[in-house]
Amino acid sequence: MNEAVLVPEVNESLPSIRSNEGMLAWVASVDHKQIGILYLLTALLFFLVGGLEALLIRIQLFFPNSAFLSPEMFNQIFTMHGTTMIFLVLMPMLFGLATYVVPLMIGARDMAFPRLNAFSFWIFCFGAFMLNFSFVSGGSIGNGAPDAGWFAYAPLTEVPFNIDPGMDYWALGILGLGVSTLTSSLNLIVTILKYRVPGMTMTRLPLFVWMVLITAFLAVFALPSLNASAILLLFDRKLHTMFFLPQLGGDPVLWQHYFWFFGHPEVYILILPAFGVISEVIPTFSRKPIYGYEFVAGSAVAIAFLAFGVWIHHMFTVGLGQGIYFVFAATSMLIAIPTGIKIFNWIATMWQGNIRFTTSMMFATAFIIEFTVGGLSGVAFATIPIDWQLTDSYFVVAHLHYVLFGGTVFALFAAIFYWFPKITGKKLNERLGKWQFWLTVIGFNLTFLIQHFLGIIGMPRRVYTYPDEPLWTPLNQVSSIGAFLLGIMVLMFLVNLIYSLKRGEIAGDNPWDGSSLEWATSSPPPPENFTKVPPIKSRRPLWDINHG
Amino acid sequence: MLLTLLKPSSPQADALSQISLLVLLIAILIFAVVAALVTWATFKYRERPGRTAPQSTGNNKIEVLWTIPPVIILVVVFFFTVKTMHAVDPPSGDTNADIIITGHQWWWEVKYPASGVITANEIHIPVGKRMLVRLESADVIHDFWVPQLARKIDAIPGRSNYLYLEADSPGSYRGVCAEYCGTQHAGMRILVIAQAPAEFTKWETAQVAPPSPASDPLAALGAKIFEDKTCYFCHTVAGTGSTETIGPDLTYVATRQTLGAGVLKNSSKNLAAWLKNPQLFKPGSHMPDFQLSEHEVQALVSYLESLP
Repeated sequence: MNEAVLVPEVNESLPSIRSNEGMLAWVASVDHKQIGILYLLTALLFFLVGGLEALLIRIQLFFPNSAFLSPEMFNQIFTMHGTTMIFLVLMPMLFGLATYVVPLMIGARDMAFPRLNAFSFWIFCFGAFMLNFSFVSGGSIGNGAPDAGWFAYAPLTEVPFNIDPGMDYWALGILGLGVSTLTSSLNLIVTILKYRVPGMTMTRLPLFVWMVLITAFLAVFALPSLNASAILLLFDRKLHTMFFLPQLGGDPVLWQHYFWFFGHPEVYILILPAFGVISEVIPTFSRKPIYGYEFVAGSAVAIAFLAFGVWIHHMFTVGLGQGIYFVFAATSMLIAIPTGIKIFNWIATMWQGNIRFTTSMMFATAFIIEFTVGGLSGVAFATIPIDWQLTDSYFVVAHLHYVLFGGTVFALFAAIFYWFPKITGKKLNERLGKWQFWLTVIGFNLTFLIQHFLGIIGMPRRVYTYPDEPLWTPLNQVSSIGAFLLGIMVLMFLVNLIYSLKRGEIAGDNPWDGSSLEWATSSPPPPENFTKVPPIKSRRPLWDINHG
Repeated sequence: MLLTLLKPSSPQADALSQISLLVLLIAILIFAVVAALVTWATFKYRERPGRTAPQSTGNNKIEVLWTIPPVIILVVVFFFTVKTMHAVDPPSGDTNADIIITGHQWWWEVKYPASGVITANEIHIPVGKRMLVRLESADVIHDFWVPQLARKIDAIPGRSNYLYLEADSPGSYRGVCAEYCGTQHAGMRILVIAQAPAEFTKWETAQVAPPSPASDPLAALGAKIFEDKTCYFCHTVAGTGSTETIGPDLTYVATRQTLGAGVLKNSSKNLAAWLKNPQLFKPGSHMPDFQLSEHEVQALVSYLESLP
């Protein structure tokens, strides 16, 4: 590293755990690494909460005509499970990871706006608190948590049908979370565009950073629609406006347009950073550069543009007229092409490689297969006649879990096993990790593969109980057993985290022979991230040094 | 009797099922290719001492080549999508409905405008005749789904949707509400009963015959309780002046196969149990527990069963 580029002199030290020990150091921190860790830990906490809710759902559905939970309770639990997993687990995990890793990957000292970064995290906590406080807010039925599903279709959310305060907490919570995502995205965009170290051109940017950049742009255009609809819902409920009530000229379908104009880009907000993780992990462990860098990045840009032209595929049963449906069927099918390009490029990256199957690489490899299932059932839903039969059935539950669990969660495990050594200086235990991997694969497919078939034989989603139709009971029982395997998997992961933090193998700066900049600094990185940044002459600055 | 889309029993459901099978086959094929490539790479390119990986960064020709098959497949699927949609859906402008179905929390109101029949949760249709259904909602969004017969479509307050309902052979076809609509979304089931045309006409005639006046004293007491306990605030019985549609029309409830939109089989015993406490069978339903005495329940059952 003789040709070093100096990082600009720092005049004022930012608060960090190094300079100020104790809890206060974390609460007051504006350091991107500490805020990133706070995001990840909060998301982990809510992962346990959302997972517990999932288990309650699966216990209830283990037997037909079960009375384990009341219908009121079940409806609150499935609403909170969906809302929690999307807004309080996947979003903060991905944005937390981006907050931690992106400045390191581009050789920056911190985010562009450190204080805004802290604001994003704390307003996120406020939203998360609002949502979950509803459980103890007290309502006329059950205990008052929102109970209209995660996409909260009007007019079920309106006062005439939903008098409890749960929906108010939901709207307020969503507003907080929406603002958090917006500010965090703006921060990431400016950081990536303006704070790259000299030599790090846009065509040398690591693909994870590319994906985060595209995700952030998606969020900036999609989230305002969610924030606005949350405010309109609050107006309807508190000021007696009628945006979504049909009696005086409002329209419940308007809610669906607003929600899905956010909701579909949201799916790509949740999956593009996962694509980014896979595009880092697979090349590193295959000991090759990514195959077709321009095509992986370019196809993500294509997905981002298409993302805003497909939302009506969530509304194929609304009855909007065939003309508009043809257009949205075509755009929705088009998404398959850039997605397919990515899958082929990842496989081509593995091709002729010298692949090390660490836990991280195993999760990344399984991601390709599981996500392909979710992608293919997505094409099925773009085929409108299939949507007319299978939407709102258990088939769609299976589909969305193959995308968000088989896709995003698998990628997140790959990411955590990959970057944990950088964050903590210790490696996660590989033996436990491999057990966890196989348990995840078996548990996940047991739980959700079967639900495709449940949908085909007519089981609707969001039912608190079901009659003893042929095959429904055994299939639901297999699905529940799978869910409990996933529960054990999560416990195993927690044990691994705690064990490895205390006794994990010391990682060193670059345990995986990674080629991007975050591996150039110490593990964990110093408060200023780098003392010296190696010269950037290609997409793989560290590979150039170690193998050049 | 299976609630499944694997056994389509109408031309519409058959068209939906055919394109589903086509896409399923294509999907399995693509999945097999991806899974085979990944598995191959996993075994073939596992790390071995002495091997170094070639540092290739891509090939534009290959990138373009592997985009072609997906494009062709999608064009084919899109073609069949448009074709099937035309085959399944009624043309817009056709609004002369044979049946009007209205979703309520948590039951289905069924009206036949031509004959004036009003019933609930059970839809009788003549075999082989394509019935145009108008779908509406009285409160929140519901979704009408009878997988063996027809597409799924939403019932939205303030809007009307149309679909064809038809059955190839006589029988009972089950369906459900598929859009989450509140507490008892799970207890909002549908039964479509396809009958030979002659039988259907017989049923239709019987359903519009004026109800017989309560002759036996227990039934007469039931009629009085129906008024005293304000049952008519929500339910209609033809000939009594009640017109409310908050709950199902009860004029011919005794001729139906189920109670509570499919949560109970219809029998004198079950009707009595339901009247005693509907919340036991359908918790959260809008029908409260009226704390009726055993005698009152028997009188009401006798009244409701004397009507047809």
